[in-house]
Amino acid sequence: MKEFSASETRWAWIFLAPCLLGLLIFTYLPGLASLGLSFSYWNFLGVPHWVGLENYAAVLNDPLFWKSFGTTCWFVLVSGILELVLALMLAVWLNRAIRGQSFFRAAYFLPFITPMVSVSLVWGWLYDPSYGLINWALQQAHLLGRPIPWLYDPKTALWAVVILRVWKDIGYNMVIFLAGLQAVSPSLYESAYLDGATSWRVFWRITLPMITPTLFFVGIMTLINGFQTFDSVYLLTQGGPEHSTELLVYWMFKNAFEFYKIGPASAIAYILFMVILVLTFVQWQLRKRWVLYEDET
Amino acid sequence: MATGSKIQLEQFKQGMLWLLMLLGALLMGLPFWVMVVTSLVKPDEVFQMPPRLWPDGWHWENYQRLFQLAPMGVYFLNSVLVSVVTTVGHVLCSAMAGYAFSRMHFPHKNKIFFVFLITLMVPPQVNIVPLFFLMKTFHWLDTYAALIVPGLFGAFGVFMLRQWFNGLPKELEDAARIDGCNPWQVFWRVALPLATPALAALAIFVFLGAWNSFMWPLIVTNSDNMRTLPVGIATLKGSFRDTTDWTILMAAATLSILPVIGVFLLGQKQFMQGIMAGGSKE
Repeated sequence: MKEFSASETRWAWIFLAPCLLGLLIFTYLPGLASLGLSFSYWNFLGVPHWVGLENYAAVLNDPLFWKSFGTTCWFVLVSGILELVLALMLAVWLNRAIRGQSFFRAAYFLPFITPMVSVSLVWGWLYDPSYGLINWALQQAHLLGRPIPWLYDPKTALWAVVILRVWKDIGYNMVIFLAGLQAVSPSLYESAYLDGATSWRVFWRITLPMITPTLFFVGIMTLINGFQTFDSVYLLTQGGPEHSTELLVYWMFKNAFEFYKIGPASAIAYILFMVILVLTFVQWQLRKRWVLYEDET
Repeated sequence: MATGSKIQLEQFKQGMLWLLMLLGALLMGLPFWVMVVTSLVKPDEVFQMPPRLWPDGWHWENYQRLFQLAPMGVYFLNSVLVSVVTTVGHVLCSAMAGYAFSRMHFPHKNKIFFVFLITLMVPPQVNIVPLFFLMKTFHWLDTYAALIVPGLFGAFGVFMLRQWFNGLPKELEDAARIDGCNPWQVFWRVALPLATPALAALAIFVFLGAWNSFMWPLIVTNSDNMRTLPVGIATLKGSFRDTTDWTILMAAATLSILPVIGVFLLGQKQFMQGIMAGGSKE
C-alpha cells in the first residue's frame, strides 16, 4: 500500500476543486438529468413524470427524425470526406519550400477562426439567387443556364451548407496535417527519391502510412464536429426547405425550445450521444489496424 | 537533354500548381472581400448586376445606420467581457487541475482522472436543456453568470496542460520548495510561468470558442443588454421582414470578424503553434 502525505492530498484537492466541482455541476448533473428527462414527460412547467421508453418510441417512429438522421449522416460523410481529402492535398503541397508559404497557410486557415454566425450571413448573401456572387459567376462562366435558388431548393440547400462547412474548416485540418507531415523524417523521402520512386508512389507508400495517427485524429474530430452542426443551419435555412437541412442538433433544438417537447428532445440528444460514442469506438478499434506509427508521447 | 526537358516539364507543372493554389487562396478570401465591399456600398446598389467587387464610394453611413438599428456597442462589449473572463478563468482552472494530476500524489488519482476523461466524450448539446433549467433555477438567465460560468470548466485543457507539466523538469520546483514555498507558490511562481506557451495555446482555443459561441448565448439571453455579437447579429437578421438590407448585415459581420482576423494576424505564429499543439498532443 502506497502512503499518501495528508498535506499533499489536501493541496491536491484544493487544486482540483474548481474544475472538478464545475464539471460535476455543469456537465455531470445536466448529463444525468438529460438521461432522466429522456424517460419523462415535461414541457418546462410542473414536475416531470416518468413515461418509460415512450419518448424513444415516439422519436423512433417519427419519420421526421429519420429524415433528420439521414440528412445528418449524409452531411457528415460528404463534408467530412471533402474536408479530409482537400485538406490533405493542401497540406502535402504546402509542406515543401514554396514561395509565399505562410501567406497560403494563413489564407486557407483564416475562415476557421471567424464566427460561424457572421460567415453564414456572408454566404447567405453569396448564395442569393438573384444578386448573389456565386450564381453570377457561374453564369458568367457559362456553367449555369439559369440561377440556382441555392437555399430555397431542397435539392441544393444541404449542398450549400456542406460547401460553407468545407470552406470554413478545411484550414484547420490542413494545419493539423501539416504538423503531422513535419514530424516525418526527411531522410525517408530522400532515400525513396534516390530509389527513383515517383511522388505519387511516395505519397501512398510513405506519407500516408506515416501520418495515420494524424489522419485518425482529424477523422474523429471532423466526424464529431459534423454531427454537432447547428449555427450555419440556424442562420441560413432554419432547417428548410422541406426539412432538407434539418440536422440532428437543430431538430433537437426545435423540439426543446420551440415545441417544448423536452422528453423527445432529450431522447434525440441521447441518440446523438450514442451515435458519437459508437463512431468514436469504431474509430478506436480501426486505429489499432490503421495506425502504423504511433508516437510514444 | 532528356533529363533537361524533364526538369523543365516538372518546373512548369509546379508553376501551374502554384497558380492553382493562389487561385484557391483568393477564393478562400473572396467572401471576406465581398463582405467588406458590400458593407460600404449604397443600400440600393446592392441589387445591381454585376455584383460589386469594388465600392464606388465609401458609404460609412451604413455603419452609422447599423448602430442606430441595433446596440452593436453593447453586443461588442458583452462579447469582449464574456470571452476574456471565460478565457482567464478556464485557463486557470485547467492549469490548476492539470498541475495536480501531473505533480501531486493523492488517493484515487486514476479514478478522478477518469471522471475528467469521460466528460470529453459528451457533446455539449446533450446537456443543453437541463443546463438551461439549471440557469433558470439559479436565476441566472439573461445574466453574465449564465454566459460565463458554465464555460469555465473543461477537461481538454486539463489534459493538454498535464502533458505539458509532465514534460517540465522538476528541479526548479524542488528548489523553490526547499526555499520554503508552499505548493500554491511553487505552482504560481515557478510552474505556471514555464507553461506560458501551452497556456497561450489553450487561451487561444478558449477565446475563439467563447467569441464565436452561438447556441448557448442564444438560449440563455433574451434582452439586448445581454446579447453577445453572434446572437445580436442573428437577431438583427431575423428583424428584416420583406427585404433584407445586406449592407447593414455585412457591416455587422465585418465588425464581428475583423477583431478575430486582427488578433490572428498579430499573433499568427503563436496561433499556428497553438493549434498544432492542441491537435497533435491529443
